[in-house]
Amino acid sequence: MNILSTGEKGSRHLLMGNEAIARGALEGGISVAAGYPGTPSSEIIESLAKISKDHHLYVEWSTNEKVAMEVAAAASFARLRSICVLKQNGLNVASDFLLHLAGSGVRGGMVIIPCDDPGALSSINEGDTRHFARLLEIPLLEPGDFQEAKDMTKWALELSEELQTVIMMRSVTRLSHASGSVVLGDLPEFGAKAEFRHEGFLLDPNEGIVSSAPVEIKHSQQQEKVKKAVEKFETSPFNTYTGPESPELLVITSSACNLYSREAINILDVKDRVGILKLGTTWPLPEKLVAEHLKKCEKILIVEEVIPFMEENLKMLAQELAPQIGQKTLMGKRDGYLPMVNELNPDLVINAISKILGIEYQAVPEEYATGTLQKTFFGAPVREWIFCPGCPHRASYWSINQVLKLDNNQGFVCGDIGCYTIGTLPSGFSTLKTLHSMGSGTGIASGFGKLKPFGMKQPVLSVCGDSTFFHAAMPALVNAVHNKSDITMVVLDNSGTAMTGFQPHPGLEANAEGNDAIKLDIKSVCESMGAYVKESDPFDLDNTREVLFEMLEKKDGVKVLILRQICALSPEKKGKKMFEMAVDESRCKGEKCGCNRLCTRIFRCPGLFWNKEKGTSKIDEAICAGCGICSEICPIGAISKKEVTQ
Amino acid sequence: MKDRIKYDPYNLIITGVGGQGNVMASRVLGNIFSAKGYTVTIGETFGASQRGGSVMSHLRISSESVLSPQIAKGQAHLIVALEPTEALRVLSGYGNENVKILCNKRPIYSGGVISGEQTYPEMDQLQEWICEYAGEVWFIDATDEALSRMKNPIFGNIIMLGALAATGSVPLEREDFEAVIEKSLPESKIGINLEAYDLGYAMIAEN
Repeated sequence: MNILSTGEKGSRHLLMGNEAIARGALEGGISVAAGYPGTPSSEIIESLAKISKDHHLYVEWSTNEKVAMEVAAAASFARLRSICVLKQNGLNVASDFLLHLAGSGVRGGMVIIPCDDPGALSSINEGDTRHFARLLEIPLLEPGDFQEAKDMTKWALELSEELQTVIMMRSVTRLSHASGSVVLGDLPEFGAKAEFRHEGFLLDPNEGIVSSAPVEIKHSQQQEKVKKAVEKFETSPFNTYTGPESPELLVITSSACNLYSREAINILDVKDRVGILKLGTTWPLPEKLVAEHLKKCEKILIVEEVIPFMEENLKMLAQELAPQIGQKTLMGKRDGYLPMVNELNPDLVINAISKILGIEYQAVPEEYATGTLQKTFFGAPVREWIFCPGCPHRASYWSINQVLKLDNNQGFVCGDIGCYTIGTLPSGFSTLKTLHSMGSGTGIASGFGKLKPFGMKQPVLSVCGDSTFFHAAMPALVNAVHNKSDITMVVLDNSGTAMTGFQPHPGLEANAEGNDAIKLDIKSVCESMGAYVKESDPFDLDNTREVLFEMLEKKDGVKVLILRQICALSPEKKGKKMFEMAVDESRCKGEKCGCNRLCTRIFRCPGLFWNKEKGTSKIDEAICAGCGICSEICPIGAISKKEVTQ
Repeated sequence: MKDRIKYDPYNLIITGVGGQGNVMASRVLGNIFSAKGYTVTIGETFGASQRGGSVMSHLRISSESVLSPQIAKGQAHLIVALEPTEALRVLSGYGNENVKILCNKRPIYSGGVISGEQTYPEMDQLQEWICEYAGEVWFIDATDEALSRMKNPIFGNIIMLGALAATGSVPLEREDFEAVIEKSLPESKIGINLEAYDLGYAMIAEN
């Protein structure tokens, strides 16, 4: 039984924010959903893919976010409703197309749903996508709780269709990956027909061509649409005020910060002193509504994540309104009441409100706070990210590192985003020396590889995952081949988009809906581009090292090594051991061995730890995945592997 | 609502290390209290944290409204720790002198401990510290029991839920658990999960 599919109107369920958005999209009558996996957004597409057959949907994991946006836009041009889902990084990827889509307008309702990650809980940046709404000049919505996540998705689709503009609805990790109570609405009848009309008058929004040119006309039309959106925003039920008639302090907030602000006001017990204006429509601001509330008091605190986006817009508006409502004091991030980096939480809001109102607040007695902090410092070692037991990346990096060290020419590796990002950390043997966006490792390597005339002699390598290969590394590889850049690209192929939950990609035989798909072979793709290509199993350390050496010796041109071994968390492998591992305590010499505990000090697999009392390494049977690699790295063969018969 | 929570909202934190079944445990508990008619909010930190990082779920059980997915400092009523150093870590953020703790004793070593750069505390010392800063504490060997009795460490989280029921801290009955897993798990997995639950219950009830 799937609640998203079968849940009846009026029934109440505990839904994850992303599930609530998926249900909202169903209630809003979508026909098409496309996206590229990225935490915290992935469950929206995953949830819809599972029920696509029952609801006559087409759900796609696209090659990258720009293509996903184009796929969703095509549905809209054919008068169907659609959503495009991505994480904050993805909106950057899609932005080139979006700038044009904002100008061309849409036909069927189309909503883009970026899920931001304030605090970078699962990212290497905390980009604030709200700025894109202003840059692209499209309406921006932000749900303030789980019920709104559902209801607002539906409304956004309707509004988009009515105004014929794409609409952005921004979620954040603490809504997308949190769960709360949601009352379901009606599911519409499906049966929308797709038809793309293109033979009418050139500028006819429903019958002409779809284009952002002629720019002057289309840009003016776009701005008219935004104005109409603001009129709707003025009376939107997603903008609410809670608090006294004349508060001492007005909090203006949105998104998850709405929940933090409410919590802070409850804990400080200042409901009769502080009011909350929760905005669900955050760009452009509904001016009349905001003016009405700004009138209420002199002090205003803006609570939002990450960059002071609303704060700046509100300050501009307050300045324009000053002749009518008087000069107000707007506080927030720019004056330091709230931090400019990282996610917020109830305590940060408590801190800001108590400072403004002059309230003394202490969560726990001083001695408790310092006592637990000290004990945690000594007693709870910080956990860095580490490859899972049985992860092929650990073996791949082990070989790459060894080869670069033995080659001894200060060779280095450029990386990008995926589980293999851990290659920047000690648990990835600090192999990666540059780390940027999807596919960037290979693009940067392509540039490094052309620096020989300037005296650069170091070997240049890049790594990228299999999903990333198709997402953004292919153009970089084309560039490197075409320009005869001297690089070695290592494709860490673990047969899925592992970091985000093992979603399929173009290198696999099934698509998001589980249907047959055409598998593109990475090796053939690279060969057809003209690269020198070899494959190896990263668990075969000897062969991998040998091929890598060969590639480093082969000067000039692009070499590609595909290291193929399926992810340890994949459904095929999870919970199944290839080998039963054991450490022979009589043979392990521990710290007295010349290796000085190579297996635990450097290799850092969670399944193999140092037994201090015995002075030997030891397998943790609850954690070991049985990949067998540690037996290969022990110089005296003290770690044994016994094949497990399934 | 026949069974009453002792505080409203009741703030429960489930903590552990990626891969221990933290998220599954919080979903099951959330669904149980939701089915009882409470308004439940769950905040979860997962994603990259699955790669050996600390994982934490904040469960807020209320008779009234949806709440912040992050509990404020010092506001936890109960901490269920699937790993003992994680209990200590959560205490320093969300603990208070009255907080109750149910703690699995099986350590999971961080990369730094495995490599020798960090030291994992002695278990006696760790237990002493946890007790010093909590109101009521239960320690059990959930993972060891899962390994020895059920031959699979993954049942540690369900053993902990059974144990949680036996502490009487929150209104949680075997039939609540059964009803929720019947909806979310395949039929073949129901029996073994109930077995794990009962094992956990007995570990507290029989001591």
